[in-house]
Amino acid sequence: MTGDVNDLDYLDGNAAAGPLSEFFSTDVVSARCRCASCGRTDALATARLSPNSHGLLLRCPGCTEILMRLVDTGDSVFLDLQGMSFVELRRG
Amino acid sequence: MGIVSPGFFGRGRRDDPALPPGQHLTEGFPVLSAGPTPRITPDEWEFTITTETGQVHRWSWAEFLALPQDDVSQDIHCVTSWSKLGTSWRGVSLDTLFESVESDCEFTMAHSYGGYTTNVPLDDLLGGKAWIAHEFDGEPLEPEHGGPARLLVPHLYFWKSAKWVRGLELLRQDEPGFWESNGYHMYGDPWREERYW
Amino acid sequence: MIGVTPETRTARTLRLRLPGLTGHRAGQHVDVRLTAPDGYTAVRSYSVASASPGDELDLTVEELADGEVSPYLVHQVAVGDQLEVRGPVGGWFVWDPADSSPVQLIAGGSGVVPLMAMLRAHAVADPASPGAAAPFRLLYSVRGPDAVYYGSELDALARSPLVDVTVLYTRAAPAGNDRPPRRLDAATLMQSVWPAADNPAVFVCGATAFVETVADWLVLGGHSPARIKTERYGDTGTRP
Repeated sequence: MTGDVNDLDYLDGNAAAGPLSEFFSTDVVSARCRCASCGRTDALATARLSPNSHGLLLRCPGCTEILMRLVDTGDSVFLDLQGMSFVELRRG
Repeated sequence: MGIVSPGFFGRGRRDDPALPPGQHLTEGFPVLSAGPTPRITPDEWEFTITTETGQVHRWSWAEFLALPQDDVSQDIHCVTSWSKLGTSWRGVSLDTLFESVESDCEFTMAHSYGGYTTNVPLDDLLGGKAWIAHEFDGEPLEPEHGGPARLLVPHLYFWKSAKWVRGLELLRQDEPGFWESNGYHMYGDPWREERYW
Repeated sequence: MIGVTPETRTARTLRLRLPGLTGHRAGQHVDVRLTAPDGYTAVRSYSVASASPGDELDLTVEELADGEVSPYLVHQVAVGDQLEVRGPVGGWFVWDPADSSPVQLIAGGSGVVPLMAMLRAHAVADPASPGAAAPFRLLYSVRGPDAVYYGSELDALARSPLVDVTVLYTRAAPAGNDRPPRRLDAATLMQSVWPAADNPAVFVCGATAFVETVADWLVLGGHSPARIKTERYGDTGTRP
């Protein structure tokens, strides 16, 4: 991915907790997720969220590839998890 | 509809018959970032058109600037509901770029530096309706707005005007691009409010 | 909305009752959605400031220049009005009363809000919980005395031997302040926070550039990145 990662126009993955609560009954931003591109594995909350876009984009802080996309069209919500190879939920 | 908040109308929103439905005017030029801004220097920049036979037409920055240039003034409409009237651009018409291209395809996919893609029918790129723009308001296009060069297809929602464009791929069948595969409309006509599927 | 308290010229605290809510975790946020009569909606996230166990919570909202939602919440919405709220959500940027680690809170401006929830939760924590005896430090970087939120309550909290509050003024300091106003720098930061050797749980909240800089300084100063949790405040919010 070509890109300058010094841009400061991002938030934390934690900010996606609200929209994701429509899909998951548990707090998925605290779950560890593996980036399908570079293998970095960390809480989704540590991903970089691009605000003010056409949808929510969460990018890997290691390689800047996209982990997750979420588009709210009003009538439906689309969640694309192609960029993650696993999500690990810890019990208890 | 949820709870209506009395007295809340949204920022700068008012009905305007000159605008497509659901749009409001903006004076600024909001930047809708999908992530890090690619920084492409003119010597690494190139623009390609790839046909269904795999033939690649290629322009360097210098070759691109040597082509006939158009100055265009166009209204632009972003799907996030802002519109901007009479924006000034300078760039190369896609009619010029397609002059030497032979293809039977009806569809294209625009590819950008940074990985972004968006699909546009070929008919919507030809006939004086679309450009590869490299100046905005008389200045070189800033990276935040898609510089060195972006696709400009002003009659469609602005997400179709791919920033940091690096090429067009001709397709026999329409395929969804980056946002189109996640709920955004395949065509995106603002006057018919084609925002989502 | 059941109450409102002004904090500064540009910020106020809204007290909301959320029917069915049974408490929340300190540091969580809610999404507030406003809907215009024509159906247009705008959603923004706001941190919860309070630590009440019941169905009420406080949001402190700073009015942003050219903001779309914050001016409405700071100037228009009134006691008795209904708001559409999702949450509280977010289980990452939270203080856990079961954790006895020392806690370092670092706030830039309005980033103090979720950290205040943690201080308040600590103050009312069950004395039997390990976190109740955890020492807390707050480093609060703020433009000037007129921009400070919760001033008198912070003074009161700081009287606890377990709580230390340092306010750093960046543009204008109150009379008699022993440090001239200037921006936070790495040396001042490292003098003010728990040493890395104490392995504190660190929470940093503020504008993106502030959070980024502070987190980098902490890591350079030997703090483990795994112990630093961040909450960046944009000034535009996210689309619904």
